[in-house]
Amino acid sequence: MTVLTVPMAETGTAGITRRTRVLRRLRRNPLAVVSFVVLALAAVVALLSPWLAPYSVDQTDFARTLAPPGSAGHLLGTDDLGRDVLSRIMLGARASLQVGLLAVATSLVIGVPLGLAAGYFRAWDAVISRFTDLLLAFPFLIMAVGLAAIRGASLGNAAVAIGIAQIPGVIRVVRSDTLRLKSLDFVAAAVVDGASDLWVLARHILPNATSVILVQATVAIPAAILGEAVLSFLGLGIQPPAPSLGTMLATAQQFAARAPWAAVLPGVVIMGLALAFNVFGDALRDALDPKGDRR
Amino acid sequence: MTTAAASTAAIVLEMRDLSVSFPTETGTVSAVDGVSLDLAAGEIVGMVGESGCGKSVTGMSIAGLLPGSARVSGSVRLNGTELVGARESALRRVRGREIAYIFQEPMTSLNPVLTVGRQIGEVLQIHERMSRRAARVRAIDLLTLVGIPSAAHRVDAYPHQLSGGMRQRVMIAMAVACGPKVLVADEPTTALDVTVQAGILQVLRDLRDRLGTSILIITHDLGVIADIADRVVVMYAGRVVERAPITDLFAHPYHRYTAGLLSASPKPGRHASTTRLAEIPGLVPVLSTQPDACTFADRCPAADARCRDSAPPLEVARGGPDHLAACWHPCATQTQEANR
Repeated sequence: MTVLTVPMAETGTAGITRRTRVLRRLRRNPLAVVSFVVLALAAVVALLSPWLAPYSVDQTDFARTLAPPGSAGHLLGTDDLGRDVLSRIMLGARASLQVGLLAVATSLVIGVPLGLAAGYFRAWDAVISRFTDLLLAFPFLIMAVGLAAIRGASLGNAAVAIGIAQIPGVIRVVRSDTLRLKSLDFVAAAVVDGASDLWVLARHILPNATSVILVQATVAIPAAILGEAVLSFLGLGIQPPAPSLGTMLATAQQFAARAPWAAVLPGVVIMGLALAFNVFGDALRDALDPKGDRR
Repeated sequence: MTTAAASTAAIVLEMRDLSVSFPTETGTVSAVDGVSLDLAAGEIVGMVGESGCGKSVTGMSIAGLLPGSARVSGSVRLNGTELVGARESALRRVRGREIAYIFQEPMTSLNPVLTVGRQIGEVLQIHERMSRRAARVRAIDLLTLVGIPSAAHRVDAYPHQLSGGMRQRVMIAMAVACGPKVLVADEPTTALDVTVQAGILQVLRDLRDRLGTSILIITHDLGVIADIADRVVVMYAGRVVERAPITDLFAHPYHRYTAGLLSASPKPGRHASTTRLAEIPGLVPVLSTQPDACTFADRCPAADARCRDSAPPLEVARGGPDHLAACWHPCATQTQEANR
């Protein structure tokens, strides 16, 4: 009980900025490194795909339809119209990532402030929570069709529709975490120090809610990629012949028995991206936790 | 000595007839009833009583920190400025700058994702519009002031890297960052072990001596009061039952409740094996309305019909002009025995 020596961890971490500490922790986590490499690779491919892709996405070759992977000139084979699967996956990944990020950005930009307000201000809670219920009750596809009818079918509109559909989840998660954090002593202590509501929300509640928001976002990105597949399949998202991973997966189903690669390969990429987002989000959350060094 | 000085010093905080009640599902609960209290510059006043006596509610009501449902009447003036019923924005400017608080839970009162330096700096950023860099430098000074070794290093520590005593020192540093006139310490040492407690009390005393801060220390621990306070206010069921300079109270408690509290505390040289500590039977009542009677009557050994029929006023007891008690049957000689 009388041991008063300073633990090594304390002297070790003090004086190091938060950023270097978080980066160091991420580097030490092999899963974080692998998932980061996957995501970085995907980002590079997505950004540079118009130049990297060996073929144009709508260049057909009817002499060689459904060529298996490894055929001359087509590393990953061709689809039913003889289009190069590798090129289409590269551009499809670009579209899918765009949709995923745009949708999640939409849902966070609207959902996080509403969730904070609902959790913090009792008077607003009823209104915002009913709005959440309303959004949840509204069928996602009907809303997407409506949006496409008003603003036209496009990648951007599909992303916004998906983002709107994801808002209730964000509001609920942020609201419940705000309710939990609001009752903690350090929030009371900040009020006692003369902090305004906005200050408390920005400095105390939001930073502590980051971990749940991150987790929500990493789950929402793959969900948005899949949602885009649904919308594109219905003709409400990306318009053919432009590829997305979702449309490729959907159209390849028709001949999945004869040419499984045309369906499996985009599916593998979707899965890989989803997994990478989830794993990286998890690692980032651990790295951001100030108590993480105890392990 | 200090008391004599304090009584002539300027009154910083003036509380008059403060009453607080809370509406609940089963009716109104009266938490504080007609409490009056002055706090002079550089004075340390102890407020003591059992759990549920209204000590904390009194403390919280000073800076308007009670929940919105609380009904507060009476007056609390800080250097002449009325705080009861003041606008929230006005109260926010007072909180942390003029009146600061320290609470019981140092383990949970710090934000786990901010370094202690950032949290101390926060108060300065809010009230003095200080830049983050300047606030950090001040935070190091403040950590040194509250006796944290190698403060320049610790300023970047996260709360979980510090012990309970250290965290309470950080809380005190936050509280005094803007040089408040009044510091309300609500059970500041209850969660800490005794050696750490002594250190924290020393820090509070230092602050009073160096900064001239007036301190209202709320506790149920008479040992803490004896250690640090100049004057004592004893509360029971929302009322002040006795008010006295520190030495007078311990030497001659007048109110039966005070006497009960004293004889319920262990003293050096008196062994539990030979003398059992006296307890006060019963519990603090939860009152929906304040009756015109002594609220302690049901637990009091000396209570009679008069105690149940009319509330005794808080008046000067025989000890001296500073010693007030609200009791129809104050103990004079009996307590000497009880104390022995």
